[in-house]
Amino acid sequence: MVLEGKKRVWEDYQKEIANDHYFYVRSCIRQTFFPGSETTFLRIMKNDLGKDVFEDARHTTCTGIGYHTDIVPLETTMTVIARHFALMTEAGYVNIIPSCVTSFGLYTEVLETWKHFPEIEEKIREYLWKATKREFKIPENLVHTSDIIYKFRSQIKEKSKVSLINKRTGEPLKVVEHIGCHYSKMFPTSGVGGAEFPSVLTGMIESWGGSVIDYPERRHCCGFGFRQYLVMANRGYSVSNSKKKFESMRPFQPDFIVANCPGCSMFLDRWQYTIAELEGVTYDNRGMGIPVLTYEEMAGLVMGYSPWELGLQMHQVSVEQLLDKLGIKYDKEQKYRGAKGQKIGEPQKPQFLIV
Amino acid sequence: MKEWGYSILKGRQIDFENNDFSISRFVELHEPSFSWCIGCGSCTATCSAAKFTDFNPRKVNLLIQRGEIKGIEDEIAKCMLCGKCQLVCPRGINTRNVVQNIKRAISKSYAL
Ligand code: SF4
Ligand code: SF4
Repeated sequence: MVLEGKKRVWEDYQKEIANDHYFYVRSCIRQTFFPGSETTFLRIMKNDLGKDVFEDARHTTCTGIGYHTDIVPLETTMTVIARHFALMTEAGYVNIIPSCVTSFGLYTEVLETWKHFPEIEEKIREYLWKATKREFKIPENLVHTSDIIYKFRSQIKEKSKVSLINKRTGEPLKVVEHIGCHYSKMFPTSGVGGAEFPSVLTGMIESWGGSVIDYPERRHCCGFGFRQYLVMANRGYSVSNSKKKFESMRPFQPDFIVANCPGCSMFLDRWQYTIAELEGVTYDNRGMGIPVLTYEEMAGLVMGYSPWELGLQMHQVSVEQLLDKLGIKYDKEQKYRGAKGQKIGEPQKPQFLIV
Repeated sequence: MKEWGYSILKGRQIDFENNDFSISRFVELHEPSFSWCIGCGSCTATCSAAKFTDFNPRKVNLLIQRGEIKGIEDEIAKCMLCGKCQLVCPRGINTRNVVQNIKRAISKSYAL
């Protein structure tokens, strides 16, 4: 009886995730922060899972960063997003999958607004028509790309070559999962597991052999927060948030951090360098920091892709310590080589953080 | 060191696990009314010392209860023990005895 009740309640925390035929929209910032992530997503979807994923080169920013910093007015944002829906409609798709958590949050916000205020939707349809002579249908299914990887986690497991297990000890790797605030904190029902029990990353980690760390500041913001970061003088607010999380997770000695938001992955990775240089502190025992992966990079490693093809050389905190634990072989010589074997240059060495 | 243009802020969360509650416990033991404080600030509003310095008896009470006792000795030294706060305290706290016990706790001269 009790279990039935629990099962029923848990159903409210699930969401519908379409099975195939996706209209994919990229993030503006991920391709510079973690350049292999989106190509890895497409590679897994198309080559390994045989799914139909379509993208349109005419897709633009969703204006999320401008909107959240009060630079772009909401009507403009809505019209830009309406244009994305129009591109999707023109291509004959009904399932839209943004790669960015901010875009996902914003698309959700726009659709919710239109649901409650149909007159605003009408106005935006008019703006879009005047500006571009385009029309659109409301997407039938809007999910974040991490939801898709979550949905197919078992299929990925079946095809996987690597488990999230420490090869030397045989123990599951201890993983910190970080969900972007805009994934399910604004609209709890839009995330798998809601805002209280987000299971999108947990599901992936546990299916692939890892164990999840439940630390006190687990649901604290990474600190990106747009306004906190964009003005240099305010960046102290941003880095302090990340520091609070690192201090809270340190006693659990995580093997790596995984995030599903472009900003979170970026800041949890890069701020470790900043904190190390400013205060001489790292959050591991060896002075190297805690490696940070995007969920696509984690999936790519599990699928046995080459770490350098995944773009892991672009991370601030070195990932080699994690690759060694996973037993993944890599060629040090190839780290800073491009696809054609050409040298792509090496970053400067930090003073304190060991790379 | 490189100029960053910003610095890492210290957290403002109350660290109940690591803060020092020795003064708070001592005062509560010797003047139990200390725990009745609702932080209304009437004491500060009427306090003569607070009028002429940055002394704030309400804040001192609060910081001691949070276990944030750094610099508390210099703060409490500003009290003149006039007892005006006691006349206005809506909770009937023996504020003067509270101040006395804070001083005892700080000086560790626990015997009167
Ligand atoms: S006893 Fe101390 S705290 Fe109270 S009013 Fe007088 S000077 Fe202020
Ligand atoms: S007047 Fe009394 S209750 Fe109000 S802050 Fe002062 S001690 Fe506390």
